[in-house]
Amino acid sequence: MNWLNRAVEALLPPLLALLVALVLGDLLIMSVGQNPGEVYRLLIEGSWGNPWGFAQVIFKATTLAFTGLAVAIGLRAGVFNIGAEGQLAAGGFMAAIAGLWLPAGMPLLLAIPVCILAAAAGGAAVGAVPGVLKAKFGAHEVIVTIMMNFIVLALLNYVVASHLNVPETLHTPDIQTGGLTRLSEFVPAFHGSAANTAFFIVLAAAAALWWLLFRMRAGYELRAVGLQPQAAEYGGVNVRRVWFAALTLSGAIAGIGGINYVLGYKGYYEEGFAGGAGYLGIAVALVGRNHPVGVIFAALLFATMSQGGLAIHALVPKEIVDVLQAVLIIAMAVSVPEVRRLLGQVRRDVA
Amino acid sequence: MSDHDDAMTGGVMAGGAMTGAKVAIAARGITKRFGALVANNLADIVVADGEIHALVGENGAGKSTLMRVLSGMYAPDAGTIEYHGRDVTGWSTATAIGEGVGMVHQHFMLVPTLTVAENVVLGHEIRRGPMLDRAGAERAVAEVAARSGLDVPVGRRVSELTVGEAQRAEIVKTLYRGARLLILDEPTAVLSPPEVQDLWKVLRRLRAEGTTVVVITHKLDEVMEISDRVTVMRHGQTVARMSTADTTPRDIARAMVGRDVVLAGDVPAVSAAPTAREDAVASKPVLELRNITVARKDGTPAVSGLSLDVFGGEIVGIAGVEGNGQTELIEAIAGLSSVQSGDIALNGQVLKGTARDRYDAGIAHVPEDRHQRGLVLEYDISDNLILGRQREYSRRGVLDRDAIRQNAVEKIEQFDIRPATPDAIAGRLSGGNQQKIVIAREMTRTFSLLLAAQPTRGVDVGAIEMIHRRIRAVRDEGKAVLLVSADLAEVMALSDRIAVLYKGRIAAILPRAEATEEILGAFMTGVVAEAAQ
Repeated sequence: MNWLNRAVEALLPPLLALLVALVLGDLLIMSVGQNPGEVYRLLIEGSWGNPWGFAQVIFKATTLAFTGLAVAIGLRAGVFNIGAEGQLAAGGFMAAIAGLWLPAGMPLLLAIPVCILAAAAGGAAVGAVPGVLKAKFGAHEVIVTIMMNFIVLALLNYVVASHLNVPETLHTPDIQTGGLTRLSEFVPAFHGSAANTAFFIVLAAAAALWWLLFRMRAGYELRAVGLQPQAAEYGGVNVRRVWFAALTLSGAIAGIGGINYVLGYKGYYEEGFAGGAGYLGIAVALVGRNHPVGVIFAALLFATMSQGGLAIHALVPKEIVDVLQAVLIIAMAVSVPEVRRLLGQVRRDVA
Repeated sequence: MSDHDDAMTGGVMAGGAMTGAKVAIAARGITKRFGALVANNLADIVVADGEIHALVGENGAGKSTLMRVLSGMYAPDAGTIEYHGRDVTGWSTATAIGEGVGMVHQHFMLVPTLTVAENVVLGHEIRRGPMLDRAGAERAVAEVAARSGLDVPVGRRVSELTVGEAQRAEIVKTLYRGARLLILDEPTAVLSPPEVQDLWKVLRRLRAEGTTVVVITHKLDEVMEISDRVTVMRHGQTVARMSTADTTPRDIARAMVGRDVVLAGDVPAVSAAPTAREDAVASKPVLELRNITVARKDGTPAVSGLSLDVFGGEIVGIAGVEGNGQTELIEAIAGLSSVQSGDIALNGQVLKGTARDRYDAGIAHVPEDRHQRGLVLEYDISDNLILGRQREYSRRGVLDRDAIRQNAVEKIEQFDIRPATPDAIAGRLSGGNQQKIVIAREMTRTFSLLLAAQPTRGVDVGAIEMIHRRIRAVRDEGKAVLLVSADLAEVMALSDRIAVLYKGRIAAILPRAEATEEILGAFMTGVVAEAAQ
């Protein structure tokens, strides 16, 4: 029965938070004189309700799942990576550079892995900086990762705008190879959506991270560092090395996230493509309870709100979706300890 | 409940009946649960106005919980509290303090960067305009201290105080807030024998002025010396109430444990006494400490130029008041902190590197703080049973889940860990069962030296016996044991040799036969060391 208890404990907070967000959403919608049921119907119809909307949810969820996984793996090791935004951009940039540099005729089976590795390396390089500064000097990763966002985004903007851009634009030329296949190639109904095979890559990444965290010795040690660094140290774990590794790995995962847009959608790097997906990854990790499977579902939830938000624009201001997202995050932050306490009480009463 | 009834019919409860004195505070039928753990199960205590009342019981008997319920830190799940005849069940700490009930906890609640006076007035600051009236505060605090005979340096920062001074500062703080009922949770655990005597003087003086005092302890000599009446708890229940003058240590001990017990004074006569083991002592030491110096986090020396040998087949016990370098010494040997100078050698090899290298070299380590170090509280029993041994239980970087589970099933059986489910979360276990996980893991390693720091702290009596048996067995196998304990009786019961640590140096090292509590006490407090210099 233990696994059941744990499953309930893990699932209840997000569901409860969603419920709270929905109730508050009802009040908000009613306050602008609309019928909540109607608005939610439109929201679902505009996302999961039609093939194109569904594909768009997949597309948006892919980037969010990457950044969510990145933040989650950091939090599992007890380090808070706020830098997924910059790492995502750096990863996308490196993927584009690789796609530009590789010869046009190169087979995709070779080109895509090279581009993905380049994206991972770009993100990892950005993540390694706070990793080194924390491990060597004890610098707090929150401050360093935030500052790295400023540095990386500014440098990328400069490099693209003054050296690599197509004239009159803020993006690089088209990549020569390494483009990811769109899902509409397999499902014609998805036509027009940017959803691409990066979605399967993020599912594989989530599975790999689950394996790492819960089946590998490195994950056992990483989680111990996150829960109780002193106990991990006692257990013979090099805590500082784990911090460094976690921040670098986190950066690499966020970096790979850049392929969804660059290799799967536009085919070039464009200034500002990250568009806050790195920051939203923090919320995705929180709602997903830092669990790879939870993160995938949380990414789908946030993508649904984002995509559905476009559809309800006719009835209510689309900002309502932003408010709902924020409420969901706050409710989540509140409900985690709250749910634990309540469950503890129920168990006592049963016992 | 049968024990409870026996105690009642045996007249023990009646012996403590109150004769005319006014009741200061009374708790009846208190039940308090933490998850599956029932800390208090219909516990009672009645404290008369102006008495010193001892609340005794073994570790984990529920004494601290009951007092935290009284002082408003916990709300009881069932039961009532009456204060001077008024029902105050479920009051908050703020209300309790306002009504004059103050508790001094085992772990002091002082801000280390503030002075004693600033700590005492915190929340009730004396102001001059918008500013803190520092001089006024110091005067007021000094006055409260002087009135009760408490010697505290009011102007000094708490971080610079000795443990005894910090405790007196806590008492002053409680009195300053108008406490008429003072609860002290194991106040002597951190004190040297002379400091204990000073504390008794203070408590007697407070009683003379009409303050009611409740002292939590599990030491019988303290009960006999200081208290007017005694409440005994066992397994969360009140099992006896007696008047100290009408009882004996043996009666109290019987109520505490629920059976006849061997008292500390009897120890040398029974098998618990360490025998001379010269035959087993190898010629070459297993552990050699050569002139080692270890710094605290703030850079001050915790261990200064210490040298010590521990041989195979012996238990060397470190006695000393807590905070004299014990923690730092053990952590340095275990590889959790580095030595500034000097060498640590195991079986002739100088130890280097991290905790992992030390395990590989043959060290097993029962750490003093199982909540911080010894366990990952959110991991289950099976995962905690491989902490520090995760390499043994993985192949090519992948955990061998079957082996981990098999190991858990075996250790749970061998060491009687409860609940006997490998996937029970360690943080939800009782202290004794948590410690059994640590003991099971460390004692089944391949090792030649066991570091045992506070091996029975916060552990119930059954587990204590098991742990002591296991430590002796390690010694009997010819391995070396370095034991650190704040409990002098434990050090004396287990050790073949006793080293007294005072201010980071070894003040004395004595064979067990020559070590009496008086001699050790003199070294522990530096009386002898200073005389010798």
